[in-house]
Amino acid sequence: MKSPTKIVTLVAVTLAGVGLLSGCTANAADSDGTTTIKVVSLIPGTEQAAFDAFDAQVAQFEKANPDINVEGVEYEWSAPTFAAQLAGGTLPDVFRIPLTDAKTLIANGQLADMTAQVEALPYFDTFNPSVLSNAQDADGNIFGVPREAYGMGLQYNRALFVAAGLDPDAPPTTWDEVREYAKIIADKTGQAGYMQMTQSNTGGWQLTAATVARGGAMEEVASDGTVTVTADNPATKEALTYLQDLRWTDNSMGSNFLYDWGTINQAFAAGQIGMYTGGSDLFTSLTRESNMDPADFGLTAIPLTDAKDAGVLGGGTLNVVNVKADDTVKDAAMKWIAFYDLNKLVDKDAALQDAQTLAETDQAVGTPALPVFDQATLDQSREWVKEYINVPQNQVAFFAEGNVGRTIVGEPSAHTQELYGALDTAVQSVLTDKNADIDALLDTVNTTIQPLVDAD
Amino acid sequence: MTALDERPSVVDPPQPAAATSQRRRPSTPRTWLRNGGLSNFLFLVPMLLIFGMFSWYPIVQSFVMSFQKTNLVTAPSFVGLDNFVKVLQDPLFLTAAQNTVWFAMLALLFGYPIPLIAAVLMSEVRRAKGLFSALAYLPVVVPPVVAVLLWKFFYDASPTGVFNSILAIVGIGPQPWIQSITAAMPSLVLEATWAGAGGTIIIYLAALTGVAPELYDAAEVDGASIWQKIWHITLPQLRGILLITLILQVIGTAQVFLEPFLFTAGGPANSTITVLLLIYRYAFQNSLGGDYGAATALSLMLAIFLAVLSVVYFRLTKSWSQN
Repeated sequence: MKSPTKIVTLVAVTLAGVGLLSGCTANAADSDGTTTIKVVSLIPGTEQAAFDAFDAQVAQFEKANPDINVEGVEYEWSAPTFAAQLAGGTLPDVFRIPLTDAKTLIANGQLADMTAQVEALPYFDTFNPSVLSNAQDADGNIFGVPREAYGMGLQYNRALFVAAGLDPDAPPTTWDEVREYAKIIADKTGQAGYMQMTQSNTGGWQLTAATVARGGAMEEVASDGTVTVTADNPATKEALTYLQDLRWTDNSMGSNFLYDWGTINQAFAAGQIGMYTGGSDLFTSLTRESNMDPADFGLTAIPLTDAKDAGVLGGGTLNVVNVKADDTVKDAAMKWIAFYDLNKLVDKDAALQDAQTLAETDQAVGTPALPVFDQATLDQSREWVKEYINVPQNQVAFFAEGNVGRTIVGEPSAHTQELYGALDTAVQSVLTDKNADIDALLDTVNTTIQPLVDAD
Repeated sequence: MTALDERPSVVDPPQPAAATSQRRRPSTPRTWLRNGGLSNFLFLVPMLLIFGMFSWYPIVQSFVMSFQKTNLVTAPSFVGLDNFVKVLQDPLFLTAAQNTVWFAMLALLFGYPIPLIAAVLMSEVRRAKGLFSALAYLPVVVPPVVAVLLWKFFYDASPTGVFNSILAIVGIGPQPWIQSITAAMPSLVLEATWAGAGGTIIIYLAALTGVAPELYDAAEVDGASIWQKIWHITLPQLRGILLITLILQVIGTAQVFLEPFLFTAGGPANSTITVLLLIYRYAFQNSLGGDYGAATALSLMLAIFLAVLSVVYFRLTKSWSQN
């Protein structure tokens, strides 16, 4: 240690090491009295115009709330990435979750209690109770703010309908018609007439939608709360047999059978799939992220059988706040959630400002949805912004018309993701194995998931 | 005194007793400091911290976690061997283990001889050897995710897919590739072999330069054919490196994850789920918090299995590699 060079080098290396490690620590709080909140922005890969619209809304919010800084974080909910972010503590202050996940996350203490903030909203009493209840614990405390609600619909590609000689303004209304149209599309265009998601738990999700549409249920809840997994119910068997017929008898499902939410949207937007079931809110993603020509998009109500309990599988998302947030962050988060997602539904000025911003950047206005508050509020908000609506309403009107008087059914409540994952295997087997034994496949689902339910 | 005499003796001359005791004198802090011990230690500190924080600590933590029930948010609880029992009772575990073995066998069948044959042939080439080496190594340069996405495009099962269009030229009908329960795994191995062969070829080429040319000259004088030269000279000379690449390939294939994850996500119908993909599913499939206990338990079991396999392998092949 006699050489000065050696000493300088040694100190430099040590400082570099310490500096490297200190870089791993969290940022300090804002020193100028403002509160910075990280909020989810848009799905990665979304076109620049959508980000411009988001940035414009952030600027409007910060102008109205100079003591709050908003940082947008790109975000797409998927089971694996969400689990990793949740475990790693890297979720932003405000993020979104599916309705089905809320109860368990609340029970696990992984969401911030937003009761005070939500109840302070002037329009708190008008929330749709069946949607809000998903965000509440047994004592009525509120841990999330409903953002959107949707029902399952049948998406169809109008361009493929025309190419196959079908009338795009007369979409199918029964499963038999879907099969008939799928066969025609496959024969005339060489593309998949009908397909469904199969991967990353989405296969089970869509099989559940098909089951509900046939009057079945994947789980039955007894009056004492006991849950029985009933994947082997007749409606699910019927739904899988239907897929089997389309795949192996009609050969109208194409040749690719591994699709998740993102990839089936891309294939549909690219004109490789004629029809598939999915949420009624897909228009924005299909046209903005998958570059689908809006003129090709069609949405109609999912067909229901005559079964007594046949209904439409519903879903939705909640805005929730990171459990680590303190009261200041929670207050700021509530202001942002109200500004970005709620005010436009209940306040005319906010609705107009939001619609104008979106329309100016060529973003979707008027996507089909189910009411977060009540139907009258939803209709009123649509009326306010009707001059900005750019989603071709004549192409999606079949969805609203077909769903009049229908029952919206919630997703299975117990071990939903594991159930969907196990059902993925059944769907994939039916589509890739001509001799797949549907009874055995569904028995396996029951015997795999029931022990998980019983262990709770 | 000649120059030869000035060379140091290989055998140390007898040392006086005093000198021996001086050499064995225990190091004091002062001598440690004087000999540069502090600077050595301080230079090591950043590396110790980085390795400790990002490598050793997670390993120890995952070992502990394999005996716990935890969602990484609420307090963990120790559950003994429950996680290991749960993994062993999971029907998917057997499927994943069988698929992994199947992948390893296919990878050995295709992936082990092909680089060796390519390297031997390339070593025989007189011109443009560098060009062939570069071409062979090119797939390794392509980022793995990009390569898989590229091959996913090639594997399009429709009649207009890239590979199916090529097959159509020679009169073969469209193949399902990754869309079939039986064809999916061989399809994955094909891509993995393409992606990984370049690195092994370079290793073999480097080893081949170490084979004495006199051996080939002597064989040629004796009238040996090219195959006799390969069989009697090249392969025995590469024995050591072949053994190393074999165990490395077995370890690598036992940990295969990228291909099944990106190509098929374990499908169709779990036909490509592997042990590492099952670990991933345990940890991340459920959005409500993974089963990190089961995931780390299976990771530990895999690590122990591979460690034991490596030890047994080196014991069994010790004499052969030394001969």
